[in-house]
Amino acid sequence: MLKDKLAKVFNEPGCSHNQEKSEKERKRGCSAKSLTPGAAAGGCAFDGAKIALQPITDAAHLVHGPIACEGNSWDSRNSASSGPTLYRTGFTTDLGELDIIHGGEKKLYRAIKEIVHERHPPAVFVYVTCVTALIGDDVEAVCRAASERLGTPVIPVNAPGFAGSKNLGNKLAGEALLDHVIGTLEPETTTPFDINVLGEYNVAGELWQVQPLFARLGIRILAPITGDARYHQVAAAHRARVNMVVCSQALVSLARQMQERWEIPYFEGSFYGIADTSMSLRTLARLLISRGAPADLLERTEALIAEEEARAFAALAPYRERLAGKRVLLYTGGVKSWSVVSALHEIGMVIVGTSVRKSTDEDKERIRELMGEDAPMVDQIPAKQMYKMLSDGEADILMSGGRTQFVALKTKTPWLDINQERHHAYAGYDGMIELVRRIDGELNNPVWPEIRRPAPWDAAFGSAGEAEPVAAEMHA
Amino acid sequence: MTEVVPSTKACAVNPLKVSPALGGAMAFLGVDGSLPLFHGSQGCTAFALVLMVRHFHEAIPLQTTAMSELTTILGGADNVEAAIGNIRERNQPKLIGILSTALTETRGEDIGAELKAMRERHPEWHDLDLVYASTPDYGGSLEEGWGASVKAMIETLVPEERGPRTLRQVNVLAGSHLTPADAEEIREIIESFGLSPLILPDLAGSLDGHVPDHHIPTSLGGTPPAAIRELGRSAVTFAMGEHMRPAAEALTRRTGVPFRLFDHVTGLAASDAFIAALMEVSGTPAPERVKRERSRLIDAMLDGHFFFEGKHIAIAAESDLLLAVAALLAAMGAHVGAAVIPCPSPAAARVPAARVLVGDLGDLEKAAHGCDLVIANSHARELAERLGLPLFRLGFPVFDRLGGPQRVSVGYRGTRCLIFDLANLLLDHAAGAHAAVGGNAHELLEEEHHAQAQAG
Ligand code: SF4
Repeated sequence: MLKDKLAKVFNEPGCSHNQEKSEKERKRGCSAKSLTPGAAAGGCAFDGAKIALQPITDAAHLVHGPIACEGNSWDSRNSASSGPTLYRTGFTTDLGELDIIHGGEKKLYRAIKEIVHERHPPAVFVYVTCVTALIGDDVEAVCRAASERLGTPVIPVNAPGFAGSKNLGNKLAGEALLDHVIGTLEPETTTPFDINVLGEYNVAGELWQVQPLFARLGIRILAPITGDARYHQVAAAHRARVNMVVCSQALVSLARQMQERWEIPYFEGSFYGIADTSMSLRTLARLLISRGAPADLLERTEALIAEEEARAFAALAPYRERLAGKRVLLYTGGVKSWSVVSALHEIGMVIVGTSVRKSTDEDKERIRELMGEDAPMVDQIPAKQMYKMLSDGEADILMSGGRTQFVALKTKTPWLDINQERHHAYAGYDGMIELVRRIDGELNNPVWPEIRRPAPWDAAFGSAGEAEPVAAEMHA
Repeated sequence: MTEVVPSTKACAVNPLKVSPALGGAMAFLGVDGSLPLFHGSQGCTAFALVLMVRHFHEAIPLQTTAMSELTTILGGADNVEAAIGNIRERNQPKLIGILSTALTETRGEDIGAELKAMRERHPEWHDLDLVYASTPDYGGSLEEGWGASVKAMIETLVPEERGPRTLRQVNVLAGSHLTPADAEEIREIIESFGLSPLILPDLAGSLDGHVPDHHIPTSLGGTPPAAIRELGRSAVTFAMGEHMRPAAEALTRRTGVPFRLFDHVTGLAASDAFIAALMEVSGTPAPERVKRERSRLIDAMLDGHFFFEGKHIAIAAESDLLLAVAALLAAMGAHVGAAVIPCPSPAAARVPAARVLVGDLGDLEKAAHGCDLVIANSHARELAERLGLPLFRLGFPVFDRLGGPQRVSVGYRGTRCLIFDLANLLLDHAAGAHAAVGGNAHELLEEEHHAQAQAG
């Protein structure tokens, strides 16, 4: 079952990454490339699936496996909710040795039952993990039986960790939605302005930064897939007029299949940076019009863009002076690299390196468009080399995920978190202003000169003339 | 008699448990120049790494054998071998601690035996210590994984012999309930008796938050592997925590060094027992400084007990940590209103509470109604809010506060710190607490006036 799913995902025509691979490479799948024992890093497919689906905030998310998968990971994401909080509760079958020997199906069923009886969620998502996949628990069958007997949709998510990377897990989550959720409910009302936003998980509330823009245009998010989502929204997502795919690699195959099944056109857009935000709004308006929205939507959109851009540039102007020419090392998972690159370019920062570890060739092409042929794209930088780059002062600031933060901090280099554990939202025009404000705050924090001062026992100490020799006085 | 209540639920709700491999990795991080390696699929490593980073606010060296479905079915020894080779080349560690996960244990492999053959194939690994610990996810939590790893270090590295002993050297097998700062404190106390301690593992060397002046791709310090080999030369072993008992027994079996188990060294009675043992081993009286610390602790207990008296406190933590705190609370006149541990442990029977539940934070939430304070890790912040109770963050992980690893709660000094922190939190949240303290001061002044007036 999983094999068929994987083959399908790897053949995704909407995924440019896969299409550029040779037939043989494609067969090996997304995960096969960089998993060197002793030198691998990153999450697993289960992790990716959970990231994608957990922002369905009113559902219960039950992890079927021994403790490692959920025990070490629950309560670690900042995907925000405007209402329900059930998604923040960590549920796991926490299998013991006997469960593994005898099979975990009965325990799984009982766990689902306990959740449904105590919490009455609109749905339960059940995540398969490595061990339950290995011992061959028939999770789909248990979910089917539980759905029938308990009268609550129970959705199997078949993305065990060892199937591959986080990214693959995102895709498999999309498959689960397609197989079991989307199209199972009809929305109460529909409008010509209904859209879905795919692959935006409302980390630190980023969805809320763009929602007001939509609201001003009268555009309604029928289903966020899945930031700050409710189960019934996702179940009725098939009635949207347009799909916007925010994280292109994660859910593009979901978008394509929704186009096939329900004729919903999709486009890939980003809310990082001023230019990208404007472009996304524009494309959205055009597509909505092509599907029957009134033509004045485009004019209204242009007016909004003009107003917002003017406001944003005015807010950024004072920072441009302080930040232009400052050097950034950008080390993200690669997925959002190009949009952040374009954002930094807008304020004149110099990018001394940007990682393209997980970027598609298309992403790379966009980076080249922005930065020229010699765009300093790097693959993986080993920690040792990064430490050297930073201690040699090759960059003024590192922007990365939490994993590399200590490489920067231990070299006494400014650092800004731009990954999913972050607590600040950077989407839309306001997000861009926030990002720049934070880069400025971090770069110009007085702590840097303070901690770089030589210690009292270092030769350079006192040479700045601050510390007067006291010995003379004492001996006088 | 404490009743230990096992869980009967099929579904853990807000787990208190973490994977034993994580506990094992943490123990290996207390060895100098080491790098823990999870034998499993890569996601487990990523999760454990992120969680430790959030707790310690430090870079955490951790690697994976990156098992796939296929390599799991075919057997993972090749991946282990490749991983060791790659790590050796890239990170140049002195020691690699290999930890199994549920995945590789379910498949059933004997990596311990395979390691011997690997060593023979790779004579160039002669300068590298390899320790294999079995830490399947279904075999406990943090404490169990930590204990198993320390035991594995001893069984792999300490020679089996009864040689001459250095009478002024003592071993400390430190449990996972001790923070890096606790390890440091224990070292200083022992040294003040003119003894030299060998602490294993020693997080104080590696995870105390120092900034080294060059990049180190392994743990930043800790017990040197060479020192582990010397454990058999000590006069005595102090094992800290029930979960260190198997390791201590293994050491005694191999070397004949006797051990003494301390559940913990928090609280007056426990600290007294520790100091008495040090006096006995060293043959010296307690230093003045230690005597003075004891007197200051007693003063803190006198000042503080008012705030603990009659309070009901809900605690969820790994067993030995829970026992340490619960014992102190009981000694101060508070009641353990609810106690939850992640896994069964012999220590549970010694907790001064009517019942100890084996369970999760969901159980704590249900049991903590009517209590005055919650003591648990950061995961409990939301439940404490729902219950309207203050939360004292303790254990692992503490990710929404700085300085958790630097908290000292051992010995006289550490106990005093802990009492102050707890009392202040209780004070903050006690209804009308400020009025009470203010009123008290007012009364004191009045009395003074009265006395003066009479004298005048
Ligand atoms: S790799 Fe497998 S066992 Fe490990 S966390 Fe991911 S799903 Fe769980």
